[in-house]
Amino acid sequence: MAEHVAPAAGARSGIWSWITTTDHKRIGILYGVTAFVFFLIGGLEALLIRLQLASSQNDLVSAETFNQLFTMHGTTMVFLAVMPLSAAFFNYIVPLQIGARDVAFPRLNAFSYWVFLFGGLFLNASFIAGPILGADSLSVAPDAGWFGYANLTSRAYSPGFNVDFWVLGLQVLGIASLAAGFNFIVTIVNLRAPGMRLMRLPVFTWMTLVTQFLVVTAFPVITIGLVFLMFDRFFGTNFYQVSAGGDLLLWQHLFWLFGHPEVYILILPPMGIVSEVLPTFSRKPLFGYAVVVYSGLLIGVMGWGVWSHHMFSVGLGPIPDSVFAGTTMLIAIPTGVKIFNWLATMWGGQLRFTTAMLFALGFIAMFVIGGLSGVMHASPPADLQQTDTYFVVAHIHYVLFGGAIQGIFAGIYYWWPKMTGRLMNERLGKTHFWLGFVGMNLAFFPMHFIGLLGMPRRIYTYGPELGLDSLNLVSTIGALLIGVSILVFAANAWWSLRHGETAGNDPWGAPSLEWTISSPPPAYNFSVIPEVVSRLPRWSRTQMRAIPDVPPEPVHVPGGSFWPVIAALGIGVLATGALLHTLWVVLAGAAVLVVAIYAWAFEPFEV
Amino acid sequence: MTHAHVTSTGLDSRKLAFWTFIGSECLLFGSLISTYLVYKGRSVRGPTPHEILNIPVTSVSTFDLLMSSLAMVLALAAVARGDRVWARVWLAATAFLGLVFLGFQAYEFTSFVHEGLTITTNLFGSTFFTLTGFHGGHVAVGVVWLLTLLVRSFQGKLGPDKALNVEIAGLYWHFVDVVWIVIFTVVYLLQ
Repeated sequence: MAEHVAPAAGARSGIWSWITTTDHKRIGILYGVTAFVFFLIGGLEALLIRLQLASSQNDLVSAETFNQLFTMHGTTMVFLAVMPLSAAFFNYIVPLQIGARDVAFPRLNAFSYWVFLFGGLFLNASFIAGPILGADSLSVAPDAGWFGYANLTSRAYSPGFNVDFWVLGLQVLGIASLAAGFNFIVTIVNLRAPGMRLMRLPVFTWMTLVTQFLVVTAFPVITIGLVFLMFDRFFGTNFYQVSAGGDLLLWQHLFWLFGHPEVYILILPPMGIVSEVLPTFSRKPLFGYAVVVYSGLLIGVMGWGVWSHHMFSVGLGPIPDSVFAGTTMLIAIPTGVKIFNWLATMWGGQLRFTTAMLFALGFIAMFVIGGLSGVMHASPPADLQQTDTYFVVAHIHYVLFGGAIQGIFAGIYYWWPKMTGRLMNERLGKTHFWLGFVGMNLAFFPMHFIGLLGMPRRIYTYGPELGLDSLNLVSTIGALLIGVSILVFAANAWWSLRHGETAGNDPWGAPSLEWTISSPPPAYNFSVIPEVVSRLPRWSRTQMRAIPDVPPEPVHVPGGSFWPVIAALGIGVLATGALLHTLWVVLAGAAVLVVAIYAWAFEPFEV
Repeated sequence: MTHAHVTSTGLDSRKLAFWTFIGSECLLFGSLISTYLVYKGRSVRGPTPHEILNIPVTSVSTFDLLMSSLAMVLALAAVARGDRVWARVWLAATAFLGLVFLGFQAYEFTSFVHEGLTITTNLFGSTFFTLTGFHGGHVAVGVVWLLTLLVRSFQGKLGPDKALNVEIAGLYWHFVDVVWIVIFTVVYLLQ
């Protein structure tokens, strides 16, 4: 497996080289492309939802289909789009930013990707698996909402395969996230180049580190919640059985104990991206670097103390409601600190309004709106009015689309030249930004009013007497505009790969380490391990030693392994067996997994 | 080239990863144990814990598991000093004590089922079997891991240079042991 390669390393090609790859850059690309496809699927689901709601008493889709659409839209966007799109950047960028040649465990990294892929395929297979499973409809997609409240998810109220797909798919995806979490914590803590002290880490890497700590602590909690649900459904246990004395709030607590840290898992990486993009295009170091880092840490810690604000309407009592209202309002402080630091970064800078910069600015503006409505429902009395209405839908889309997705697009436009070696088209990029920006505000801003005027979320249609037809139509038009903007992005990506201008090492004049090497970087990243002497290596007066184009001595590059994909396949088979309640399939999957783990452990593989 | 020795912290990456994993496992068992505590005394029908739990028998298995941790320490020491014979003895002893613990658990589970407590009977059954079952599953994985190390030792591939492999297995084993101490206290002693 091990081989010594000279500069031309990385000339491996063909599909097999991608399946067996352990190169963090290739895995990053796999994550990005796969997650973008899932993003398109989740987007199509959103468009169907919006078309159904464009007018009152519409019958484009049935109520059953509508339930599946909003459940899969939420599940897909959270677990299959935003998280893995961030993971694409963790993979591609973090090792470059810390001056490493790969992650700490390259094969575990490949394993994470393949488990994610199989988990995503497993979940989406539910759209067409009906006939195979003997159901009377084509689609048996999950239909109990993305937070799957008990006891709607119990066998009694959800007898079909729909919730089984959900409960198993999320457990599989959890494995992928956990494995990646351990990997990136160790990578960032342990694989930093000499001189790359913690307080010299780029903010994106810092936010990745905080995010991974949230992943490894939050995912076990949802795993247990899902295990209880699975046992209830498969083996008849009583965890969420009210008749046996079970408490439905147990699910809500376990889910939101995970779910609120998950919110920060979704938003901290884009905050990190924005903290990279703004200084570069303001030609100024980030204002208050240390404070931004500490705010991120504080958000991560405080993110664990606010989960019950999702449950104000269940009647926890005045004391818990007050405490969680207080912690929720407090967490706005470190978030606000970041916003002001970003604004101060731009103050007096030489601003360049590239597409990446526009998306970063869009992030700030839209995230502030989402943050303000968030503080509004931090107050329990206000929340009682807003909960389960479109007001909350407006809020989450301002923070997750206006925030997370725009932040991710900022990252795509910023690092695309590094990943592909080519620049994107700025004109198309700006078209993408403005169409999306107008579209999202048309789509989501009216939802505030739709919600305050009394329209509940998750209903498949509404009566004309509510007087919400025109607002809903505006929202639908906005959603279609977003769809068009994504097509413009796809065209831009395609154009750039074919005709884009060559980027060179550093098209932006950016400060951090990833811009010191060629675009795309060679398989070994750095021909010599850099010695970092300052926080902004390319902007500082004390220049670091240049990285030669040709390695002075041969660099070892791990040769790839197919055991990660086999192990992931075993997990996929295992989940399928559990879905079918067929023991031999479960055992076969487990056997494949065990064999793959042993082969992996004893395979000669020098990092 | 191997950079396993030149990490930023000086800690081996695998060991650091394993500590992170243990941190994550704490939340896993924390969720299970919290659920057990939340549901304690809320079963609408029996059998209840004090009708059925056998503290003397479980005290023996708890002692057995504690002793396995001692054997694990001795196994690591033997591997680290290159003592092949004692390495095998203590690795085998650790695995054996783990198997004995699993035997006790199998006996306990079957006797409970005979006395009318299954995972579906009531909330106590659901939480008890899930919690202790998860722990037992962890012990079983540990036993397989230890037996693998034992085989490696017989193959002559577990010299002092591989002590870290044993140390990480030991971290896992001690963690599983500590979790049992918590479970034993919460489930058996604090009724």
